[in-house]
Amino acid sequence: MNWITNYVRPKIRALVAPREDIPDNLWDKCTSCGHMIFHRELEELLRVCPNCGHHMRIGPERRMEVLFDDGAYEKIELPQALADPLKFRDRERYSERLKKARTKTGQQDAIRVGHGHIGSQPAVVAAFDFSFMGGSMGLAVGEGLVTAAREAARRRAALIAVPASGGARMQEGILSLMQMPRSVIAVQMVRDEGLPYIVLLTDPTTGGVSASFAMLGDVQIAEPGAVIGFAGARVIEETIRETLPPGFQRAEYLLEHGMIDMVVPRSELRETMGRLLGHLMNSPAVRGTAAQPVAAATPAEPSKVDIAAEESDQSEAATAGNKEAGKKDKEAERASDG
Amino acid sequence: MKHYLEFEKPVAELENKIEELRHLSGDDELNIADEVGRMQAKAERQLKTLYAKLTPWQKCLVARHPERPHVKDYIESLVEDFMPLAGDRLYGEDKAIVGGFGRFNGRTVVVMGQEKGSDTNSRVAHNFGMARPEGYRKAQRLMQLAQRFGVPLLTLVDTAGAYPGVGAEERGQAEAIARCMDISLQLDVPLVSVIVGEGGSGGAIALATTDEVLMLEHAIYSVISPEGCASILWRSSEQAQEAAEALKLTAQDLKALAVIDAIVPEPLGGAHRGREETIAAVGEAVEAALQRLEGQDAVSLRRNRRQKYLDMGQKGLS
Ligand SMILES: [Zn+2]
Repeated sequence: MNWITNYVRPKIRALVAPREDIPDNLWDKCTSCGHMIFHRELEELLRVCPNCGHHMRIGPERRMEVLFDDGAYEKIELPQALADPLKFRDRERYSERLKKARTKTGQQDAIRVGHGHIGSQPAVVAAFDFSFMGGSMGLAVGEGLVTAAREAARRRAALIAVPASGGARMQEGILSLMQMPRSVIAVQMVRDEGLPYIVLLTDPTTGGVSASFAMLGDVQIAEPGAVIGFAGARVIEETIRETLPPGFQRAEYLLEHGMIDMVVPRSELRETMGRLLGHLMNSPAVRGTAAQPVAAATPAEPSKVDIAAEESDQSEAATAGNKEAGKKDKEAERASDG
Repeated sequence: MKHYLEFEKPVAELENKIEELRHLSGDDELNIADEVGRMQAKAERQLKTLYAKLTPWQKCLVARHPERPHVKDYIESLVEDFMPLAGDRLYGEDKAIVGGFGRFNGRTVVVMGQEKGSDTNSRVAHNFGMARPEGYRKAQRLMQLAQRFGVPLLTLVDTAGAYPGVGAEERGQAEAIARCMDISLQLDVPLVSVIVGEGGSGGAIALATTDEVLMLEHAIYSVISPEGCASILWRSSEQAQEAAEALKLTAQDLKALAVIDAIVPEPLGGAHRGREETIAAVGEAVEAALQRLEGQDAVSLRRNRRQKYLDMGQKGLS
């Protein structure tokens, strides 16, 4: 079956985030230092411990409020993916596990996509929900990322991916592994339009998620203390039979090793992201004013062959200028090969 | 001494008896020859029965069989004038991935794959086929060389997975794997992969994001090893057999899921019982795949490759 013919443009509905009334006398405990904090205060601090600075996990809805200007965004509805393609069963049926996760979270799967503005620049955010089966990436999450990329292309917006995931969803077997190239294609769709793709790595980002879209950002930002890596710490310990160095696989450690661009506290994320998008969204690549390529040795060929392009052709967003920019990138890349 | 798998025990017993009979000398040579012939036929029947209905777990054992042809064996037999290349130009040379230029059926190709090694020394030298970031970045170099010279890329996949180590993490194992897929999806040349043994997770797909993915009949390809899956989901690695069933990691299941494009048959009793035959069959399947792809222009190749992955997961196992 063809994915395009199948593809229904996501329905958009405005989201009015209901702020729950929280009693004043509720306490929360820091998951790192044990410090007791008033629930309300902790929420105001974006769930960052005032005592030790530990960044506790937040869900995708809260994440979007933190990132988007005024906390305002539209939720983008995601297409239904095939559920339980392998009829997987371990000690429990996967279909049962799914049902439980859906009941617990009130959500279909582990990703949410929203559109809004950050620093007044248009952005699509694809945020993972770690509380839904460890944020694991299966068909639905892959579909969510592809949808987010199409939406970014259609709206001429930046794509910001916010993984919080242990990796691939084992219960979907090889089809979860196939979400790795699928998510990379999503990144390429955004790139082809000359649009920025930013990754905000949050705790945790590991396994097949880190080894695909999550490491391919034009700019890589991480939250303090986030665990980021390919292999699990325990697996590494068992393999090398040594204790791991202090801070191993933490955001700061990756920064030191040249794997990410910056570690940014949660309270400064919106401002940092806004400044970054201010630079990138005003670039010739995005505005479609990129200089013509230096004459290439090979005859020019259409370089934009993908579905993102075909999709966006139908939308008001695509402009010929942008296509030229995309073509230039491809040719420059080819010229610099080898 | 031949290496028998646990489930091959009945065959092992027969073949040992045959050996014993052969060493018997005496006046009864005609009868002995008769008996040997009879027992050989029986051993063959048993192999046939066993291999006709290998369980997923048994296939894992066959896929990891030490006498199974490895990447270097394929290159040696199938690729003429092979010139191995080395290094990622960034940090080091990772022998877990071997690759370079060569001639396949008359055309220049770039060929590469994970080499597991065939004895203690070579296994250590090749790190048991488990690559570090340097290996994946060398692979990226080779992919870009294929692009630069417009030659097809052939990858042979045989790995338990990417190496889990401190240095590998520090040098960006995840990024190195991601970038392999990123580059593969942008190449203008035909890409063919063959899963010849173990297709272990991210370490495998880094080299298998291609136009056509072929798979040997008893090879496996999975998001996680059955042992790893069992220890997480069943909380005990002893349930590896069950996990192997549940994961649908056999060539037959993956073909049904449209994740692979073709299955390459193995000789009776598995690739380790007919190495040359297996290698020749892989050669023929690769040639056929290349011929299907070589007529296509760069734009179609890239578009179809993307579409193939976008389409995946539209159907499950019924
Ligand atoms: Zn604390």
